[in-house]
This record gives sequence, C-alpha cells and structure tokens, in this order.
Amino acid sequence: MSSLFWLILLPFAGGFVALIDGRSRTRSALWALAGLTGALAVAARPVFIALASGRSSTATLPWAIIGEQVQLVLDPLSAFFLLPVVVLGLLFALYGSAYMRHYHAEYLHHGVHWFFYNLLATGMILVLLARNGLIFMISWEVMSLAPFFLVLFHDREKKSRHASWVYLVAGHLGGMVLLLFFLLLGSSGHGLDFSTFQPQLLTPGFRHLLFGLAFLGFGVKAGIFPVHVWLPEAHPAAPSHVSAYMSGVMIKMGIYGILRSIQLLGGPVLEWGILLVLAGVISGILAILFALAQHDLKRLLAYSSVENIGIILLGLGVGMIGISLQQPVVAIFGLAGGLLHILNHALFKGMLFLGAGVIQQQCATLELDKLGGLKKQLPTTAFCFLLGAAAICGLPPLNGFVSEFLIYCGAVHGQTIGIVSAAWPLLLSLAGMALIGGLATACFVKVGGIIFLGSPRSQHAVQASETTPAMYLPMLLLAAACLGLGLFAPFFIQLVHYPLSVLLPASTTMAPLADATTRLKDIMWITGVMLCLVLLLGLLRIILLRKRQVAIAPTWGCGYLHPHPRMQYTASSFARPVTLFFEAVLRPRVQRNVSEKLIPGTISYTSTTPDSVTRYGYTPLFVGVTRLLGILRWIQHGRVQLYILYIITTLFLLLMALAGGWI
Amino acid sequence: MSFIALILSLALAPLLLSIINRSKAVIAGRRGAPLLQPYFNLTRLLQKGVVYSDVSSGLVQLSPVVNLAVLCCCVVLVPLGPIPAILHFSGDFILLAYLMGMGRFITMLGALDTGSSFEGMGASREAFFAALAEPAFFLTMAGLARITGAQSLNDILQTINSEHWLHATPSLLLIAVAFFLVFLAENARIPIDDPTTHLELTMIHEVMILDHSGPDLAMIEYGVALKIWLLAAIFAALFVPPGTNVLWLPLFLLLMVAIGMLVAMVESSMARLRLIRVPQLLISAGVFAGLALFLEFVQ
Repeated sequence: MSSLFWLILLPFAGGFVALIDGRSRTRSALWALAGLTGALAVAARPVFIALASGRSSTATLPWAIIGEQVQLVLDPLSAFFLLPVVVLGLLFALYGSAYMRHYHAEYLHHGVHWFFYNLLATGMILVLLARNGLIFMISWEVMSLAPFFLVLFHDREKKSRHASWVYLVAGHLGGMVLLLFFLLLGSSGHGLDFSTFQPQLLTPGFRHLLFGLAFLGFGVKAGIFPVHVWLPEAHPAAPSHVSAYMSGVMIKMGIYGILRSIQLLGGPVLEWGILLVLAGVISGILAILFALAQHDLKRLLAYSSVENIGIILLGLGVGMIGISLQQPVVAIFGLAGGLLHILNHALFKGMLFLGAGVIQQQCATLELDKLGGLKKQLPTTAFCFLLGAAAICGLPPLNGFVSEFLIYCGAVHGQTIGIVSAAWPLLLSLAGMALIGGLATACFVKVGGIIFLGSPRSQHAVQASETTPAMYLPMLLLAAACLGLGLFAPFFIQLVHYPLSVLLPASTTMAPLADATTRLKDIMWITGVMLCLVLLLGLLRIILLRKRQVAIAPTWGCGYLHPHPRMQYTASSFARPVTLFFEAVLRPRVQRNVSEKLIPGTISYTSTTPDSVTRYGYTPLFVGVTRLLGILRWIQHGRVQLYILYIITTLFLLLMALAGGWI
Repeated sequence: MSFIALILSLALAPLLLSIINRSKAVIAGRRGAPLLQPYFNLTRLLQKGVVYSDVSSGLVQLSPVVNLAVLCCCVVLVPLGPIPAILHFSGDFILLAYLMGMGRFITMLGALDTGSSFEGMGASREAFFAALAEPAFFLTMAGLARITGAQSLNDILQTINSEHWLHATPSLLLIAVAFFLVFLAENARIPIDDPTTHLELTMIHEVMILDHSGPDLAMIEYGVALKIWLLAAIFAALFVPPGTNVLWLPLFLLLMVAIGMLVAMVESSMARLRLIRVPQLLISAGVFAGLALFLEFVQ
C-alpha cells in the first residue's frame, strides 16, 4: 500500500486504540503518540521528496460512490503545510501527555481526548491530500468537528461549553459557504474532481463570486477579521497543547484552502490580491489592538493569532498582486514571506501556547495582573516564552524577522516599479506591517514583562515551580527552531522553492528567490556579528566588574520607602496609552466604584474589552434570527403523532410531485 | 575606506550629543560643558561598580549588552556621507529598523525587570510612540526608494542628487520633515521626550534606565550617542552631493554639526509636548511621508 494511506491510517489507528484503552492516562497518551510518530515516520520521505525535488506522490483508491476512484496527491504545496501537521502534532502531543496528567482519569476521559486529537491530525492530513471536492469537504468536516470535542474537555464549565458552541456554529457556517463554493465550481466542469474543474469557462464576475465564497468560507477557519470571533473563545477554553495545535497549525488550513482555491480558479487577478492585502491590514491592526487590551493570556494569544494571519494574508496578497501584474520579484518575495510566516507562526505561537499551559498549571490563573516575577521560578519556561515573544514581534535574529523582511522587500520593490495601480496596496501593506509590528512589540513586551519580570502579584505566582522535562523539552526544541530558522534563513528559504512553483504561473523565473537568498545571507552575517558582539560585550562587562563592588539594593522608588508588589505597573496600565488612543474601536467596558466621601471606603476598578464584532454584530444578529424563527415555534410542540403526520404529509406531497412530473 | 568610516562613527558619535548640549548652553547664555564631556562621562562610568535592584532577574544586566551590540551592527548598514556602508543590500533599511526595534524591545524588558512602576510607565510610553514612529519611518524610506529607484539605504543616499531635489522638491521636503520628526522621536528629544527633565513622571527614555549604573549605564549612554549619530547621518546624507568622492566628507561632517545645532534650536525654542499630543505629531509625520508618496504617484 502507498505510504499516503499509512499516513492517514496510522494516526487514526493510534487514536482509536487510545479510545479503547482510554481508562489509563498513560497508556492512552502513549497510543496516540505512537500513532503520530508513525505518521511522522511515514510522512518524512514523501514530504522530503516533494520539498527537495518538487515531485508529487500520488495514491489512488477505487471507490465507486464518488466516481471511479479517489485520488490522493501530495504536491509540494500540500507537503509544505503537512510538515507542521505531523512534526508539531507529535511535539504538542508529547507536551500534552504530561499536561494531561494534571487531570484525573475518572471523569475526564483521556481516551476520548486523544482519539479526537489524532482525529484532528488525520482530518488535516486528509484535507491536504484530497483532490476531490466531496472528499475535501468530508475531511474538512472531520477536521472541523474534532476540535469541538477537544475544546469541550472541561465540559463541566459553562465557559467551555459556550466556547465550543461558538466554535461549532462558526465552523459550520463557514463549511456551508465552502459547500456552495465547491458545488458552483463543480458545475463548471463535469464532476467534483479538482482536475476536471474548468475555471477558464467561467465569466470574470462568476469567478469573483466564487473567490468571495472561498475567501469567506476558508476565512472563518483561518480567523480573518471580522469572522475571527471563535478564536478568542475557543483557545482559552481548550487544553494548552490543543490551543497550540489549533492556533499554530489548524487555522493555517484556512490559508491552504485560500491558496488552493485560487489555484483551482485559474490563478489570481489583481482584485483578489488587493482583497487579501486589505483583509490582512484590517485583521492585523484590529486584532493586535484587541490583543493589547486583553487581560487573559490565552485570549490575548488568540487575538495575536488573528494578527499573524493578517501578516500572512499581507504577504500572500503582495504575492498575488505581483503575479497578476507579472512582476516576479514582488510575487516571489511576497509569497515566500507569506508561506514562511505560516511555518514561523506555527513555531512561535505553538511555543507561546505551551508556555501559557505551564503558567496555567503552576499558577492556577492566566490573569496577567495576578502573575509577575515568574522568571525566577520558571527559568526555562521564561527563556522560551521571552524568545517566542521576540520572535513574534519579528525581531532579528529570530525567525519572525525573516518572513516579515521578505514581505517588506516585496512591497518596497513594488514602489520602484512604475505601476501606480499596484503601488497603493503595496504601500498600504508596508505601512500596515510597520504599525502591526510596532503594536505587536508593545503587546509582547507587556506580556513578557508583566508575567515574568518584576515581583509576583499574587500568592499563586510566588508558589510556582518549574515543570517536568516532558513539558519544557518541546518548548526548548521550538525555541531552538525559532533561533535556527532565523540564523540560517538562507538555507531554510529553500523550503518554499517548490511550493512557490505550484502557485506561480509556469513561465515565471525563480531568479528572485536566489536574490532573496543572497539578501538573507547578508543578514545572516550581521546577525552573526551581533551574537558575537553580545558575547564580547558581556565578557567585557564581566572583566570590568571583576573585583568591583556589585551591590544589591531595592528598586529606586523615587523617594517612596515602602513599595509593594501591587504598586508595580500592571498589564492594563502598560497598555493604557494604546487602548486610550484607540478607545473608539476597542470600546472597553469599565466598572468603577470610587466613593466621593471624605473618608473613602474600598474602591474598585475593572475594565474588560469584549470583542466589538461579537458585541455589536453577531449577538444582535443571532438574537434577531432566533426571534424571527420563534414565530415558527408552534410547529414544534412535542406530540409525536403530529410529527408522524408531518412526515406522511411530506412524503405524500413528494410522491404527488413525482407522479405529476413536477420534479 | 568603509572601515575607516566605521571607526570614525564609533569614535565621533558622542561628540554629536555634546554639540547639541553645547549649542543649547550657548543659546541659553551659558558657557556649557566642554566638548569632550560625554567621553569623560563614559570613562568615569566604566570605572565604577554597579548596583542592581533586588527584584531584577538578570534581564537588567543583559539589556544594555544586547542593546549596544544591536546598535553597533546598525553602524555597518549606514553610509557616512560619501563613504559607502560596509554592507548594503536591497531592503537593508528594514533590517536597520528592526535591529533598532530589537534594541528597544530589550531595553523595555530591562526596564520592566526592576518592577518599578516608573520604569514600567516609561516602557509603556516608549512602546506606543515607537509603534507610531515605525510606519512613518517605513513610509519615508519607501518614498525615497520611489524617488531614487534604489532599494538599499546606501544606494538611496548616494544617488540622491540635485536633479532629484529639482524635480521632486515638494515630496523630498515633506520626506525630510517626516524623517526629522522620526529622528527626534527615535532619539527621545524634545518635543517628544525631554532628555534633561528631572521629574520621573514626565520622562520616557530616561526613566527606563533609572536602575542602571556603572558600565551598564555607560553602554546605554554610548548606545544613545550611536543612535542619534546614525539617524543624523541618514538625514544629513539627503543633502550632500551624490557619489563616493571622499572630498565631500568635511562638508558632510559640517552638516552633522548643523543638524546638532538644529536639534539644539528646536529644544531651546519649545517645551516638550503633552503626552497626549505626541501621537498626533508622529501620525502627522506618517501623513507627510504618505503625502510625498502620493505626489510621486500622481506625477
């Protein structure tokens, strides 16, 4: 049997055995891990072949229901997305096996959890291999349903149940739009096989409509603003390794879908590129603003995922504009940056979520203003988390910089070519990226600084201690990957060579990629020099301070003698200048209780920033829909006899219609 | 030749700061400190011991080192008037901006490491204002790239000539103004921040380094000097004749002195803006640069 079948079968089988053996915490996790290890081992060869030489692997299976046979193909683009699915899936599961030991086996079924975890992996693998609309939609549903049960892990908490419902509804509304997309696209050819679609027969207007449907449907999964609302609900509720897997890997399937649908629609046009850039700028800026205003770490990280999806969209949009204007430099830099950012974001966001899980278990809270000073108690976690924070801000010498640099280069090159129609969206992406980058730095300085530095703000934070190696080793590996990809970018950029050639028109020259490699080599020298200088200056410091007085004293309190940890700057106060400036967008909810009496009593001040889109958009909309549908409620009265009457009437009418030849 | 420029930059950087201070003193009718005062300060600080906060966890020691290392790397990327930069490639100004961003990131973390609310306040303001200055910087660079057709800092600054100034006067003027505002913001000068203020509550950059002392403080002070030198070198290069004729170097250095005096004049003639006005200033810098680009598109 072809290795592609094993690739699907092994993780599923691992999860299935974990379900059967689900009473035991250890064994169920081990079964799931075994399945994922098998998938990684099987995937290694075809993925390597696809990314190193551009050859696709194919497997065919006879299946009469949907046509003669089912075809599964692993082309370079699928292989690029498959890489994080199998590698990070295993790494997160390794962390998860230790993370889940925290919960008792009696009422939380570990077997069920691992079954759905592996099912999620299987679903994503299938989505990437599918080359038929029906198979794709079935895999998409598998992939969308599995996280529902994963998010529902703490099913006794109302918040978890609410979060998983929001996720389910959002996922299915998106799925519905996708179904429409595939059906309409299928009507252009003769069948649902991707190879039989004939987009060139469609009118431009109809193609725009189809792209709009795909963008909306896949956008829900990717978490593009304003259809991102499930992310800040689902990520905090899920166990941390699941959040990492969903945020690092699963939402990228939405991006994969957008790329694949552009390919199916016969290549991009300028308007689609502009749409991607606009969506990217809006997602990026608004999401990072909301992230800044959050107090809950995982909710904040969820918003930051939306922001990074924005950056990815910006890169891909720049690339699409480049393709449609036949500007290979713009196209390749933009697409390469966008694709690399997919990988980079999976690495650092995964790491940050894993770090959040450690904090949650050690401190029993993720409320930023109750943490503080954790660098002393959790040194390894702090190291990884702060490194991840620097990487997510796109700072050199880490991996985030590489992808953002490439996108910037594409946009800057667009300024020097004469075409004005392309110049403004590229300029917008340039300014947008800069603003997003600056705000992201503010956001992650806040997160890293408030959680790990200063002194503890609550008793929980004082008592925290470092976790087991099974939990911090995956984080250390990810940290090493972030640093490695940043330092040796000229080598890693070769990963996107063949995925790019899938997306670009066949005649496009790949010369700009070589140009990008030389630029990245120059950067490599500078970052190398920088690291050497850090070592040298550090050494100089040590030599200078030898035999000199190194005193420890209280922090300078500007004359105040009795400082208290609660007087430190908090996360909310750190973000205050930004949230104040953007108050019109963020609309924070403030409750203040400050007495005006001569002798003040207890005072309190709380502020929350719920999602404006949910608050002013979806909640009124769904309340309205519910009210409207309430009119029909008299049909549903609970009397079975009448329900049977409905069925018989419907059947009778249908038969009548058939007999009369109306349908 | 480029390496001489590197040594020149590293050696002369503190002098620019003292030119600003001296000019401010002269304008205020004082004699002012000797021109070599920053060097005296640095040597004095390097000979001292250090005091660390009992709350700090090591980042406070790391941050000056990383910050200075990053800024030294920036020197490699910036041409010194007619002398080309040691390393230049298309899009190198992106690296420059992000290297400076790295320095800022680690400085802010170093400030938060002490657990002081004043330093947290400084870091918070720095983060916000830097986020607004960033788009303005990129827009000015994109504008220059559009006007000159070059994409590396070195090529942009060495191709820009009187021809460009004649043909694109309004857009170049707008870009120059925008860049000057970014220059003031990045270096924490009046009207964005006041380096000589004495009240912790009103500081931005100075308050972040309150708990640094000895060699650490020396590294930070030297980094401040390097940063203002580098950005002034970019600004000055907009006005010197193109090409790599070394004879223009004295003219370029004179221009640097003039920029120092200009900063001193700005600082002597106005007070620091209220903090809520600063975002408006930075956004207008971005708008100026955007307007310049718009003018270029229309042509």
